[in-house]
Amino acid sequence: MLTLAHYLILAAILFATGIAGILFNRKNLITLLMSIELVLLAVNTNFIAFSHYLQSMAGQVFVFFILTVAAAESAIGLAILVALFRNRKSIHVDDISTLKG
Amino acid sequence: MTLAEIRFVLPDFRLAGAEIFLLFMICVILIVELFVAKKGSETARKTAHALAQLALAGSAALICTANASGVALRTFSNTFVSDPIADVLKLAIILAVSLSFLYSSAKLPGRAALAKAEFYALTLVATLGMMVIVSAGSFMTLYLGVELLSLPVYALVALDRDSASATEAGMKYFVLGALASGLLLYGISMIYGATGSLDAVTVAGRLFSPRGNRIVAAFGVVFLVAGIAFKLGAAPFHMWVPDVYQGAPTPVTLLVASAPKIALFGFAVRALPGALAALSQDWQAMLLVISATSIAVGNVAAIAQTNVKRMLAYSSIAHTGFVLLGLSVGVVDGSAANMINAYSASLFYVLVYALSSLGAFGILLLLPGSEGEGDISALAGLGARNPLLAAALATLMFSMAGIPFLAGFFAKFSVLVAVVAAGSVWLAVFAVFFSLVGVFYYLRVVRYLYFDSAAPFGHAANIEAPAFLKALAAANALAVALLGVFPNALMAVCVYALSRSIFM
Repeated sequence: MLTLAHYLILAAILFATGIAGILFNRKNLITLLMSIELVLLAVNTNFIAFSHYLQSMAGQVFVFFILTVAAAESAIGLAILVALFRNRKSIHVDDISTLKG
Repeated sequence: MTLAEIRFVLPDFRLAGAEIFLLFMICVILIVELFVAKKGSETARKTAHALAQLALAGSAALICTANASGVALRTFSNTFVSDPIADVLKLAIILAVSLSFLYSSAKLPGRAALAKAEFYALTLVATLGMMVIVSAGSFMTLYLGVELLSLPVYALVALDRDSASATEAGMKYFVLGALASGLLLYGISMIYGATGSLDAVTVAGRLFSPRGNRIVAAFGVVFLVAGIAFKLGAAPFHMWVPDVYQGAPTPVTLLVASAPKIALFGFAVRALPGALAALSQDWQAMLLVISATSIAVGNVAAIAQTNVKRMLAYSSIAHTGFVLLGLSVGVVDGSAANMINAYSASLFYVLVYALSSLGAFGILLLLPGSEGEGDISALAGLGARNPLLAAALATLMFSMAGIPFLAGFFAKFSVLVAVVAAGSVWLAVFAVFFSLVGVFYYLRVVRYLYFDSAAPFGHAANIEAPAFLKALAAANALAVALLGVFPNALMAVCVYALSRSIFM
């Protein structure tokens, strides 16, 4: 039998994987965008699990909003990525380091 | 449930009239641009600018008339609140955005990539997001407002597509902003799990009753506060701030540095004392650490900067620390007696900071050519080249440094009074010490203004800028000076708005 705790642990693992992907990834900006999606999906899992456990609809409604915002967010992220690639001819994280101080 | 059983209550659209009008005007601006003159021409930009100012003025009028009752009214199933604090913050945001449009009209005509209707439309969408944040009655609206603010600002930072530094700043801002949204959402999901509701009032009630799970909620608060600190740019979550301020085109930096701070103050007030008052011990301790770190890191790191935009970025981190300091001393030993004083000091601080940073970046924008891009040598000899602008910038720097009797001094003073009233004398001493460290880099700007010669840098002998913008910059500095001498009116507004809103 799957309990609430199982879902929460799964979400926590997904969330931690996403955060680690953002913080420790030194290779590719696309991977960063994927990690961001992973974080948002972990949150969605949390909301659905809580919503079912508490028998409250608010969490499921929130998930739809998060999905929509996540789509808009990746669209903007990819657009900035394309602009960056046209200027730099590279999407390596280590190359993005002109601004320092 | 059949369709007939669903009772549909029409929400009170009038309370959100300002937001609806603004959204309507954004669509108008985008459509009008297709028909007026040639795309990218100066006429098209001027039309978009006029319409944007009209949109802001109309929203301001609607805010003043929508709810004059002085009590909190809710609509859209309690997700939207109209109360005095929302009105005050919205009017401040609108004023800041309107001023930033005026200042940026000095630089936009020379930059084809920015001088488009998109610049105005995106900024207005961000303004709409800020207005949604400060009117949010539930965590869902708070999140949607934050995203509605952030997404256009990512695009604005990278709007100058051919500039390598702007796109790089945009990418960094995007990735760290998305990470912050993730943290924020994870925190909200935990608070939802602990209380079973997203509505701020219900969450507050359930956390005080035995129904709420306070341990899970406290876990959520950790993520929520981290998310807020990220978005506000407070240390240790400040790494995006200097890069974005420096890399973004100056008209965009001007925007990022002013209005969003006011809106995110609104976010903090709605989410923390508004919905999570029962957990004030937890978030106050976190805010205390964050604000102390910000004041120290911001002031020390700013000393090493040679770029004015980057220096002001670190200074903004320090100022954010002061704003959060006020929020972290509201509840002492379970008593809320200090609350109104502390929070209104914070609100006063954030309003004064927004005004000073508008003036400072505005004056940078008035400098000719690439001098506005922030190298500190651009300011050399400004005292001789244009005494009015130099005096205005010097006033703003003195105010930010906290020299008596300018607005910045009174703002710092009232926050510190609240800190001492809460019994944390050592914290006040710590803040004063690092403010003194900060005086160094503000005075360095003044040294460049008056004691360095412009000749070695080959600057023109005078500043070519529209006379009314010079007058605006001077008026801005004068306002900061006068607010320091007569702070009571604005302070009274802050106290009134906070005491009539969420602490009932």
